[in-house]
Amino acid sequence: MLAESLVVAGAIFVLGTLGVIVRRNAIVMFLCIELQLNAVNLTFVAFSRYVGIEGQVFVFFVMTVAAAEAAVGLAIIISIFRHYETVNVDKFNLLRW
Amino acid sequence: MSLVTLFGLFGTQAGGLESHAEWEPLLPGLIILLPLLGFVINGALALSATRKSADAVRAGGEFDFFENGRPTTHSLPTWVGPGVMLLAFVLTLVNFFGMLGAELHEPVIRSYWAWISTGDLHVDAAIQLDQLSIIMMMVITGVGFLIHVFSVGYMQDDPGYPRYFAYLNLFVFFMLVLVMGASYPIMFIGWEGVGLCSYLLIGFWFSDEEKASAGKKAFIVNRIGDLGFLLAIFLLYLVFQKVDYNGVIGDATSVFQYGGAMVTTVTLLFLLAAVGKSAQIPLYIWLPDAMAGPTPVSALIHAATMVTAGVYLVVRSSVLFALAPLSSALVAGIGVLTALFAATIALKQQDIKKVLAYSTISQLGYMFLGVGVGAYTAGIFHLMTHAFFKALLFLGAGAVIHSIHHALHHTHKDWDAQDMRNMGGLKAYMPITWITMWLATLAISGIWPFAGFFSKDEIIWMTGAMAGAENAPYPGLYTVYWILALAAAMLTAFYMARLMVLTFHGENRTGPKEAEHLHEAPKTMWIPLAILAVLSVFGGWINVTTDLRESVLGGFGLLPMGEWLHHWLEPVTEAAHQIQEARLGQVAHAAPFGGGEVAWGMISFIAALAVVLVTVRLLGRKEVPVAVDDAEPTGFARVLYNKWYVDEFYHRWVVDPILTTSRVLWRVVDATIIDGTVRMLGNGTRAIGWVGSLFQTGQVNTYALFLTVGVLVILSMIAF
Amino acid sequence: MLNGIAYDSWVLHALIWLPLLGAAHVLWAVEDKAKTLALRWSLVVFVLSIGLWWAYDPTLGGGYQLASSHSWIAAWGVSYAVGLDGISLFMVMLTTFTTPLAILGSFNYIKKREKPFYALMLLLEVGVVGVFSAVDLFLFYVFFELTLVPMYFIIGIWGGERRIYAAIKFFLYTAVGSLLMLVGILYMYARGKAVLGVASFAFVDLLQIPLTPTEQMWLFGAFALAFAIKVPVFPFHTWLPDAHVEAPTPGSVVLAAVLLKMGTYGFVRFLLPFFPLATRHPTVVALMLTLGVVGIIYAAWVAAVQPDAKKLVAYTSVAHMGFVVIGVFALNVNGLQGGLLVMISHGISTGALFLLLGMLYERRHTRTIAEFGGIGRVAPWMATAFVITALASIGLPGTSGFVGEFLALIGVFENHPGVGVFATSGVIFAAYYMLPMVQSVFFNALDKPENRAVQDLSRREVAILAPMIALMIVIGVHPTPLLRRTEPSVQMILDRVWEGVPPGGVSVGLAADTVTGLVEHRGAVASRPDQVAPGTGE
Repeated sequence: MLAESLVVAGAIFVLGTLGVIVRRNAIVMFLCIELQLNAVNLTFVAFSRYVGIEGQVFVFFVMTVAAAEAAVGLAIIISIFRHYETVNVDKFNLLRW
Repeated sequence: MSLVTLFGLFGTQAGGLESHAEWEPLLPGLIILLPLLGFVINGALALSATRKSADAVRAGGEFDFFENGRPTTHSLPTWVGPGVMLLAFVLTLVNFFGMLGAELHEPVIRSYWAWISTGDLHVDAAIQLDQLSIIMMMVITGVGFLIHVFSVGYMQDDPGYPRYFAYLNLFVFFMLVLVMGASYPIMFIGWEGVGLCSYLLIGFWFSDEEKASAGKKAFIVNRIGDLGFLLAIFLLYLVFQKVDYNGVIGDATSVFQYGGAMVTTVTLLFLLAAVGKSAQIPLYIWLPDAMAGPTPVSALIHAATMVTAGVYLVVRSSVLFALAPLSSALVAGIGVLTALFAATIALKQQDIKKVLAYSTISQLGYMFLGVGVGAYTAGIFHLMTHAFFKALLFLGAGAVIHSIHHALHHTHKDWDAQDMRNMGGLKAYMPITWITMWLATLAISGIWPFAGFFSKDEIIWMTGAMAGAENAPYPGLYTVYWILALAAAMLTAFYMARLMVLTFHGENRTGPKEAEHLHEAPKTMWIPLAILAVLSVFGGWINVTTDLRESVLGGFGLLPMGEWLHHWLEPVTEAAHQIQEARLGQVAHAAPFGGGEVAWGMISFIAALAVVLVTVRLLGRKEVPVAVDDAEPTGFARVLYNKWYVDEFYHRWVVDPILTTSRVLWRVVDATIIDGTVRMLGNGTRAIGWVGSLFQTGQVNTYALFLTVGVLVILSMIAF
Repeated sequence: MLNGIAYDSWVLHALIWLPLLGAAHVLWAVEDKAKTLALRWSLVVFVLSIGLWWAYDPTLGGGYQLASSHSWIAAWGVSYAVGLDGISLFMVMLTTFTTPLAILGSFNYIKKREKPFYALMLLLEVGVVGVFSAVDLFLFYVFFELTLVPMYFIIGIWGGERRIYAAIKFFLYTAVGSLLMLVGILYMYARGKAVLGVASFAFVDLLQIPLTPTEQMWLFGAFALAFAIKVPVFPFHTWLPDAHVEAPTPGSVVLAAVLLKMGTYGFVRFLLPFFPLATRHPTVVALMLTLGVVGIIYAAWVAAVQPDAKKLVAYTSVAHMGFVVIGVFALNVNGLQGGLLVMISHGISTGALFLLLGMLYERRHTRTIAEFGGIGRVAPWMATAFVITALASIGLPGTSGFVGEFLALIGVFENHPGVGVFATSGVIFAAYYMLPMVQSVFFNALDKPENRAVQDLSRREVAILAPMIALMIVIGVHPTPLLRRTEPSVQMILDRVWEGVPPGGVSVGLAADTVTGLVEHRGAVASRPDQVAPGTGE
């Protein structure tokens, strides 16, 4: 059971990572980040069966942080959007050399 | 170090050994200091005078130093300049007479302070008084004084009057240091010092680029010779750990092998130095250009004194040269070749000073020939007589130029005052100059009984005698020298007679209006001429060999002639003569193709006289066009007129390549290669930085990628 | 008289730190007064330094005198140790002599931001005097690097058109070399700690360290690179022309007269005594001599075709330093004495040349030789001063330049005649580069109207040049008192070069025994006892 769970979680994580790397829409990148986080949550739950209840407890922490981070991140994106009128991250290159 | 010792005119007795304290020289240091004092005073005056003239130039005009018709800057230098010379000359004479009576066997050395003293090297600021140096001193101060007096008249109208005398005094100072120094480094101070003064005086009228360049050329070419001098000093130091005359010459025979590599190298290096200073092949090129300076300068520096320094060097180092037959042969060879070569150029020169310049080079060649074959006394003898008649010739030419210049100035005619084609018939206008210059011409042509006959003849005779010596090292070569010397003597007679005819004889070509303003030189100018003429006539009688004396050429012993100079210089030359006698054996008593001294004396005298007479006859009749109308010479005459194109050769093969190389070194090597490498390092660093900056895209995706890759790498490293 | 005021105990400290006080004072003062204030401070320092001539006693052997030492950073074994020997004596005096002249020469030149400028000049003096008096290697390094900062600003702020480029080039190029030297210094410190158990940067202690030949070679390389860049030795010289051209006149004067000497001083002070096996290694000697000779001839030839007068003089500095290098690496008394004398003479004559060029620039705002001509007619005193200085520069006998070159050449000739021949040819090329420039500027026709308006030397300018010219002639005519003072120290260094330190053996003992007044340093790694009163050299 564990192996399958980890595979699923891993797959979701990889999808999320690839999404962060490849996608250009900022909101979609956030969704992918959420995917990564959720994959990690899945991993935690999967292991909690064998290691202890701490795994599931930790999931709550992760979810809380994810929510907070999503809130802040989306607020930043909206703020940027007000300036750039787009959420295409290709355009956000002021920090380029 | 107390000031008294520093400036003590009495110095301390040096040169250890058992000092023969029979003769105490009188204030020898003062002889040197007097011209220096003249320099300081005249120089100070010049500095203040030039300040005023500079203000005038800035305002757009020239400085007018005449107030109420009398030059304001002139009075002090007029008295100080020649004055210190006269005092120095008198003092030298006093010392000479003292020396005459003292029968000196060792040189008297006075040391004033330790100039350089470090490690093993000790060079004192010391002067040496011996028979050779006193002769040189008398020539320098005596002829120098006469030239100073002449300059008073010649430079009257020149605003640079005080500066001129300052430089002239400084020159005499350095020349005295040169001949009175007790060691080679001290001689070198004088050596380069006179080079400096030559530079300053040749370029005296420095606003003229040509003249300034001539001065620069003289200095640089001289410096090539100075390289030889320095290297010779270094070698001597290496061998002897000493560089003073006593130390070197005293031990020379025991340390050096006859004909050995070391002594030959040292003497060759000295030869290089002498060639530079005395304007021999291949470093003579500066002397003709040096005619750009005021004529009295040419007389003093480039005839009577500075250029003779090379000869003095060889005679002072006679022991070394006697030990190196190869070098001596080379000295003689260069001398005679230069004598002939320069004489050929003089044949076709139109500028009166250029003729005299090449004549000087040629006569210096004779001196070199003399000291090269080992006739050191003859070399010094010719140096002395040459100082008399060449100074006279130059001063006379100066008087002529002065006069012609005035005449042309009056009518504002734009002709060259030094071109002999613009002269002619001056004997009517300048009789004293005419007579004195003829006396000098006869002297230089080797006409009996004038000075040049005896000195030149002795050199030629000794060349022939050495060619036939018992163990002569290069008999054939010396025979060739002898023949060339005779040929050059004939050429000398010809070009000098030509000079006289073109200048003084025939019809005056300067122009009818100008001729009204031609006049004899003022007293300050012709009195020195007269004195020098007397010396040119009788000066040769101090060194006549016994053979000649007892023949018709000596009035069968009735005329007051003698071998005085030879005996006088013996203490200085005997060491070298001993070596010669030991190695070369007896000199011959007959010239290479037979005939004794008297016979050849008669032959050369009559031949020279014939040349002079024929020249006067033939040239006197010829029509001479003035300079502007004259055509360019053609054929071989053209080669001679253009000085065998030697200057052009040097420019093409030496000067320009060095300049081009310098430019290449600068632009290619320095700016491109070396600095390029340095800049490349800097630019390279920036390039690497730029490459690094490419990673900063400013885009989150890229950062995420790198983040992920990095994590994977680390994980894999941990895992494996 | 000097003993009465305990001169020896405080003079070096005064010479090092008074300019710092002066700099602070200048910064604090009113803008108008800045320059006279700076001049006064530098003159005070100079006057104080005159006493060194009598305070230093060469009969006591060549060791350090007027010395003192205090523990500074005990944990690292760094001490504030200063002292003078015969060599550094003249370097310090050259510095204190040149600085007031350079400051006086900037009066008309520096028109904006005067206060920082004069403060920086004084700061520079602090650094340079510190370099020459330091007897502790760390202290030496600190002062060495310290001199870069004011010079960088002087060039960068008050310089010519390409000043930023020149300043950065100067700073980075020189600093890179010294960084390598720092590695060497730290290595020596570590060795000292490991082998002798003494953790110290003081010269006395470092001289005791037995270094293997390989170590000596590497350390020689590290130190030599730093100094070679500073001197500058061909081919590390390309920063100098740019720095000189772009620097303001007083900056050039101090750069040429003093800063360059730090490099050659480094050769004599460190390379020779610390790394004797490397120094006398035939390859090393051959390399240094070759670079020296190349410097002499190459720099002379390149100088001759420069259109910019200041660049020309810059290249002549390279040529002169070539003479110093060959004199030093002749490794005998004559050569080393000659090298030192060339250093002193070059400082004075090239300093004077730059001052004169600066005076011309103030009047005509150009340095291009072709723009001049005939200046001698409107400014005869300037022409006279220039000709005399130029002659001293090319080594006319009777001037200081000749004595130095003569000794250096004779020294080199003693041991390496072939090199000597080539090096001596440098005297011809010296005339080749200098005389045409003199002629083009001061002689020839006065054809440009702007040149006609050139004013001759003012009283201030005469006051600057007269002492320099006087020194050039005095040293040329009577160098023996100077040579007498440097000789024992030179001899000491040469003894060290030629004896060498036996591998793994005991120190030669020279530093500890013959140094007068220098308190012994004995310290364990952990702590150093604080040392007591400064010595009183007599």
